[in-house]
Amino acid sequence: MHSEIILAGFGGQGVLLIGKLLAYAGMKAGQEVTWLPSYGVEMRGGTCNCTVVLSDHKIGAPVTKFPHGLIVLNLPSLDKFEDSVRPGGVLVVNTSLINRLPHRTDLTVVPVACNELAQEAGTAKAANMVALGAFLGATQLVDLEMVKGSLEDTFAARPKLVPINLAALSKGYEIGMAHAPAHATH
Amino acid sequence: MAKKLMKGCEAIGEAAIKAGCRLFFGYPITPQNEIPEYMSARLPQVGGTFVQAESEVAASNMIYGAAGAGCRVMTSSSSPGISLMSEGISYIAGSELPVVIVNIMRGGPGLGGILPSQSDYFQATKGGGHGDYRLLVLAPASVQEAADLMALAFDRADHYRNPVMILGDGLIGQMMEPVEFKSEIGPEDLPPKPWSTTGCKGRAPNIINSLYLAAEDLEAHNWALHRKYEEMEKHEKRYETYNTEGGCDVLIVAYGTVARIVRTAIDEMKDSGIKAGLFRPITLWPYPSEALWATAENAGKVLTCELSCGQMVEDVRYAIMGRRPVEFYGRVGGSIPAPEEIIEQVQKLAATAV
Repeated sequence: MHSEIILAGFGGQGVLLIGKLLAYAGMKAGQEVTWLPSYGVEMRGGTCNCTVVLSDHKIGAPVTKFPHGLIVLNLPSLDKFEDSVRPGGVLVVNTSLINRLPHRTDLTVVPVACNELAQEAGTAKAANMVALGAFLGATQLVDLEMVKGSLEDTFAARPKLVPINLAALSKGYEIGMAHAPAHATH
Repeated sequence: MAKKLMKGCEAIGEAAIKAGCRLFFGYPITPQNEIPEYMSARLPQVGGTFVQAESEVAASNMIYGAAGAGCRVMTSSSSPGISLMSEGISYIAGSELPVVIVNIMRGGPGLGGILPSQSDYFQATKGGGHGDYRLLVLAPASVQEAADLMALAFDRADHYRNPVMILGDGLIGQMMEPVEFKSEIGPEDLPPKPWSTTGCKGRAPNIINSLYLAAEDLEAHNWALHRKYEEMEKHEKRYETYNTEGGCDVLIVAYGTVARIVRTAIDEMKDSGIKAGLFRPITLWPYPSEALWATAENAGKVLTCELSCGQMVEDVRYAIMGRRPVEFYGRVGGSIPAPEEIIEQVQKLAATAV
């Protein structure tokens, strides 16, 4: 297994955080991992992304031009990265904020209304967790329980946020599962 | 100990503390601010002291003073900040004091930009400050190696009484990877430094100085330093090779993050009919020239890849001495080459007649 994933959105949407959760969970599952943020002159509301690599073997490049997976939480990110995804890859699109569907027909596209589903779980701020859940459901890249444990560790200082974020993650996971290509499901 | 997922900058800070360093003096600059941030939180927890100096010049003189007092001490900065510190670094080298300096490189010249770069190779390995001096320069290619090399840096600095520089690109500082700290010592575990200025009650005063006004005194000092650097050249050269067994068509020379991208490119070329190998210097000074030639001797051509317009390539050419063609590929300004770009360069080079 070797997978390169780009997670992108507006600054403040929490794409760096879900990237870290994915890397952290991968590490706990015994995989080699890297997490690399874009660190230009970032600000709240500006675009922001990170690259996560999960692998069974030692990781060379922590950067990628052609990711296997893409999670986009806003339209500029879809415009920027859609064409770069490798054929057969998985693309999670936040339809709450993106008013077009991807033009690619050679990908597993998972459209998710992240903000609305997060609101149902308790807060629209957890839209990032819905997106991560959907990606995990569609790819089965890291065990969901491992990610839940990582989430609990990450929010250890603010335990009140744990149940809401877990609920958001699960809602996304169910949708991702429904879109999973046959070979990825359990 | 279990592995922790850490940013390169944080791992560098924690590795320093686990090497018995209790003093940090520095001044903020992107992309290494997570080092002082981490140290400002951690050092008070272990009885250490963190000082944000009024400038990089001041910080470099603070580490000079603390090292003279026999303490394990470090600073960190990024390219423009290292330029400002270079006066102090020259004095520290002249006074033969052990300090560790971390440079997480960004683009230049001048203020340049904040994105990753390897354009301070000349500054780190050929001088930076004035006078005949050398730094031991270590170039990590992963967060784990950054942590390991920090421990080595403090040890070698004390051993040679010489400044040691960790030279990382912005990616090494900003990237998160699992890291494990393999050893932990405190200041009490360190051997005494009988030359340090700790108060001379009951003994002759120790003097720490880089001023020698008489020609014969300064010449003797210069040659003594030179002999020390020769010792470093004899014992400190470090490097790694990948896919070079049995020779290769193209040998790629790269350090830091670029070496990892090259590694991916080499893997992707496995079934392409062109065999590429990697030579990765870990010490940039002293440069592992003999080992490089020994590897290049079994290669058809040599390609040097850097995040600069061509700096380390000079040391590569010096090691190869015209015995193999040496080409260069660089990206600058914060752009990072993709493995596909490296592959294209290798294919182009392999197809060229010598």
